[in-house]
Amino acid sequence: MPLRAKVASSVSRTAAALSRAAGRGDGSVIGGWIGLKIDPELLAHLAAGRAIALVSGTNGKTTTTRLATAAVGVLGKVATNSFGANMPTGHTSALAKAGSTPYAVLEVDEHYLAQVLDATDAHVVALLNLSRDQLDRAREVAMMAQLWRAALIRHPDLRVIANADDPMVVWAATPPTNHDPRITPPKVVWFSAGQRWHDDSWVCPECGSTIARQDNQWWCTGCPLRRPQPQWSVEDDGVIDPTGAWHKVQLQLPGTVNLGNAATALAVAAEFGVRPVDAVLQLSSVTSIAGRYAQVERDGRLIRLLLAKNPASWLEAFDMADEAPTLLSINARDPDGLDTSWLFDVDFSPLRGRQVLITGDRAFDLAVRLDVNNVPFQHVRSFTEAIQSVPSGRLEVIANYTAFQDIRAELDRVL
Amino acid sequence: MFSDSLRIVWVYPDLLSTYGDRGNALILASRAQRRGYPVEVLEVRSDQPLPATADIYLVGGGEDGPQALGAQRLIADGGLHRAVAQGSVVFGVCAGYQILGSSFFAKGTKYAGLELLDLSSDRGPSRAIGELAGTIDPRLDLPPLSGFENHGGRTHLGPEVSPLAQLTAGIGNDTRTEGAWRGKLLGTYSHGPALARNPALADLLLRWAVGVNQLPPLDDTWSNRLRAERHAAVAAAARP
Repeated sequence: MPLRAKVASSVSRTAAALSRAAGRGDGSVIGGWIGLKIDPELLAHLAAGRAIALVSGTNGKTTTTRLATAAVGVLGKVATNSFGANMPTGHTSALAKAGSTPYAVLEVDEHYLAQVLDATDAHVVALLNLSRDQLDRAREVAMMAQLWRAALIRHPDLRVIANADDPMVVWAATPPTNHDPRITPPKVVWFSAGQRWHDDSWVCPECGSTIARQDNQWWCTGCPLRRPQPQWSVEDDGVIDPTGAWHKVQLQLPGTVNLGNAATALAVAAEFGVRPVDAVLQLSSVTSIAGRYAQVERDGRLIRLLLAKNPASWLEAFDMADEAPTLLSINARDPDGLDTSWLFDVDFSPLRGRQVLITGDRAFDLAVRLDVNNVPFQHVRSFTEAIQSVPSGRLEVIANYTAFQDIRAELDRVL
Repeated sequence: MFSDSLRIVWVYPDLLSTYGDRGNALILASRAQRRGYPVEVLEVRSDQPLPATADIYLVGGGEDGPQALGAQRLIADGGLHRAVAQGSVVFGVCAGYQILGSSFFAKGTKYAGLELLDLSSDRGPSRAIGELAGTIDPRLDLPPLSGFENHGGRTHLGPEVSPLAQLTAGIGNDTRTEGAWRGKLLGTYSHGPALARNPALADLLLRWAVGVNQLPPLDDTWSNRLRAERHAAVAAAARP
């Protein structure tokens, strides 16, 4: 590593430690920020010599990164950005902090995928899904797919692990028909994890025709784009690998969506030579992820925290949650996006019949939505009031990003 | 026109649907049903002919590509023009509002609109994102408008239409006025589920469709709390 990069890396670690010691944060961003100021190439220097997998998509990337890190861990030490700090500053911090590890699995914000691919020269990238998320500032779904597509073609040696069920991802992972024939596009391994959310992929990104769906298949009615045959898929409570062998997956995380994330993690690990039969045993070691899925007991209530950031992840959260009293909390601060319109893209009817409580900065937006959806609810002003309003036993909490952090803080930073 | 059930058409949800546009159909249906009107909501995709005999047509927001494609298909289809000629109600939001005019810009190119409203749209110097509030045209007799806008367009009104509102916050058409209306056609930059914050506006569209001057009141406790909270937030942001 060049001297400048060594200094930058060292200062980065120190800054992160100072930030933690000062109680200013977990240090997962500030260290990388300072390091990159000293050496703009620091991420590339820190990445050199490591086998790196990147995980990107709108939903499930933090969980999949944790699962893949556990699976690759069969081989040795794995660096990862486990705090969900998923932009280049976070990657830089994570690699600097980890020291020299043979492997790294990094969660990447979908907007930064091209930049991080270029900087890290990653071996593997897992593309999970693309759907609407914070549209008041994020790029359009189709434009994001286009950016991914342009980035992937620049890395012919990359191995792409992509979701066969998401037309936007399939299109992004498929080389454009007019691409330079002298360039071999990266090889793609397809996985199927199922997809509940379809509302951002009714129109073919290639030709603008309608995308038809039947059972788990989809195809464009105007061009050859269609669902590829997946090599990895979910069946019952297990994962089928490319040889056709079925592996039982025992997760500490709820919901079928996490089985899909497990399949993706196994596919990532397989690219590093980890056999599914070995990797699958590691997956059950993952319990909660930065508070997500964490269970906490308070005043006789067994509270479980679920994060839902956008319409697709709300649908998954309803599937994960038990038939129990449920608290919904909505904010619209900067990290959440200022716009609450997406509430009308979510069908809350699965909550009918459960005791529903609502809170958060933007509880009234949610109240209007639930009223139109014919879901009875009760408004509470605080998390404490919510706990007092439900009987002892299970309380499911579903919240968007800053609302989730608020509740986590009230529960003393559960991990 | 309105006979045994109220027919609401959501125009091209495959193209013109971002930001919870579905909400306007849900809100209109819910408010009509709670007054005892049977309701039918039709989602008509862009590869299907648009029925010309429905009571209310909702034209929602969309990204540039789908907006241009939606306008072309609506012009070729002709169903919306026939519906308007027969007195149907049209509610356009954001990209759907621009489409109702004579021209708009998408991806840097000028496209022809439906020429149902005397207005044209072009690009503004910056994207308008944030809370929107204004005083609605007194002839419509509605409480103040509350909304959230997210668009890059600016809209110029011709003499045949009236502004929906005089702005007190936000960018709207041109920083002074917001939206437009003529007859039973109404458009706004208040995007997505615009009617969630404006139940009286939802009822205006329903009254136009049903042909009555008044509808039985509903319990709007939560809408009213939301409106009060949003107006207070706008006022707080305006204080130096």
